[in-house]
Amino acid sequence: MSNISRRRFVKAGLATTAGVSGLAVAAKLAHRYGLVPPDSGGIFGPGETLTYAAHRIFSQHSLAREFPRNMISKDPFANSIAPLSDGFKRLQSGGFADWRLSVEGMVAQPATLSLSDLKTFPVRSQITEVVCEEGWSYIAEWIGTPLHEVLKSVGVLRQARYLVYFSIEPDWWDSIDMEDALHPQTLLVWAMNDADLPVSFGGPLRLRVPRQLGYKSVKFVTRVMVTDQVKGFVPALDPNSPNYGYSWYAGI
Amino acid sequence: MSSTAPQRNQAPRHTGLIRATHWITVISFVALLVTGVEILISHPRFYWGEVGNSLTPPLFKIPIPSSRSTVPSGYGYVLPDQNGWSRYLHFEAAWALMLAGLVYFIYGLWTRHFRRNLFPAPADRTWAAFRRVVARHLRLLPPDEADARSYNVLQRITYLLVVFVLFPLVIWTGLAMSPSFNSAVPWAVNALGGRQSARTVHFLVSVSLVLFLVVHVLMIAITGFTSRMREMITGGAARSEEHS
Repeated sequence: MSNISRRRFVKAGLATTAGVSGLAVAAKLAHRYGLVPPDSGGIFGPGETLTYAAHRIFSQHSLAREFPRNMISKDPFANSIAPLSDGFKRLQSGGFADWRLSVEGMVAQPATLSLSDLKTFPVRSQITEVVCEEGWSYIAEWIGTPLHEVLKSVGVLRQARYLVYFSIEPDWWDSIDMEDALHPQTLLVWAMNDADLPVSFGGPLRLRVPRQLGYKSVKFVTRVMVTDQVKGFVPALDPNSPNYGYSWYAGI
Repeated sequence: MSSTAPQRNQAPRHTGLIRATHWITVISFVALLVTGVEILISHPRFYWGEVGNSLTPPLFKIPIPSSRSTVPSGYGYVLPDQNGWSRYLHFEAAWALMLAGLVYFIYGLWTRHFRRNLFPAPADRTWAAFRRVVARHLRLLPPDEADARSYNVLQRITYLLVVFVLFPLVIWTGLAMSPSFNSAVPWAVNALGGRQSARTVHFLVSVSLVLFLVVHVLMIAITGFTSRMREMITGGAARSEEHS
């Protein structure tokens, strides 16, 4: 009997040691290959890291589903937004002619682009689904400038890891990794279903990230910033953000 | 008693791995259920097909208030939003459940646990045997000798349904709601008829699992809560009279 329990004890000890060292190696590798999300701390960290790492390994280059034209929703749901600021209304009264997108941070040549500047880039149109974390969804055609075209033109520096993007509305910003920033379907959208992008859907300019939930697609974008660390720009960790407490990676 | 009897009595009713994965599943399931309800109340409407929102007619709706003012719930007030932590916990618990399920599945195949203990024994694969067990249940008779050491055919079919149909289905439909997963594996959601169909099936399967849980706990309470719990916690080995 004591023989058996000694053997079991040694076996359990070996298994524990193997498990712990395996975890340590996995954590080190995950950090090196950018598989750890910025909200990996706390009790929900392990689950969040598993999700983000799994997606980065298995769906890094995959494309969000695109739909045939006859599946475009007749009743797209715009969701509610806070009352628009005076700054927005001023630009709106001028037909958004003075709307500017500032491209800054770790780029070789920072740029400021008007909506007509953006339209000189190659245009991409795609029919994708907007998926809200609440459960509802709709399909629309989104027309805009691929973000990677804009980033290519300003020259992203090698150490870049994240993109932070800001709405003109106060406290509304979010961030994604460079994988999603350079993804071919990540669009600076200025038109929807063959018309200018309506204000209720984020017009005149919205950053659409179709492989993540709707809350990552920030409306009224005026500024994108390339950076090597997102500290301070993770809505999940910022009490001022409307997305406070909501996971940073929303590809689920 | 034959010479093998003492040995059989020493073997635990449930092995250590079964007990561990059972309780991980219990904890994960409760977490998934509570957070699932929290997520549900942000949009207690269900649709069929690819898309659906507050402007489109629902397949059915749950008559409860919502945590979002944009949902036409019919109630004059809005519940507090708990989706942030609920979503974090829902997906973390889903990982725990999936990993425990994977270990259990490999173990079940490897040790022939499924074949020996869950697939109905050859003698029980008849309608007569099935009817006999159902009749015993309907007459509220206590489990017979064999039932105390093994699962009867009704239990086996129920467990097979839960392990091989309901849990795989709830995991599949859950994954089919992930936009990133769907980009990598589009057929997973397309085969279900669209994202909203996946969400509706996810809800209905969850309801079925809750029904199973209620009956499961009820049966345990009826047949002896303490000894059933002991069997699932410590294994409940070597407690029979002939051994002592």
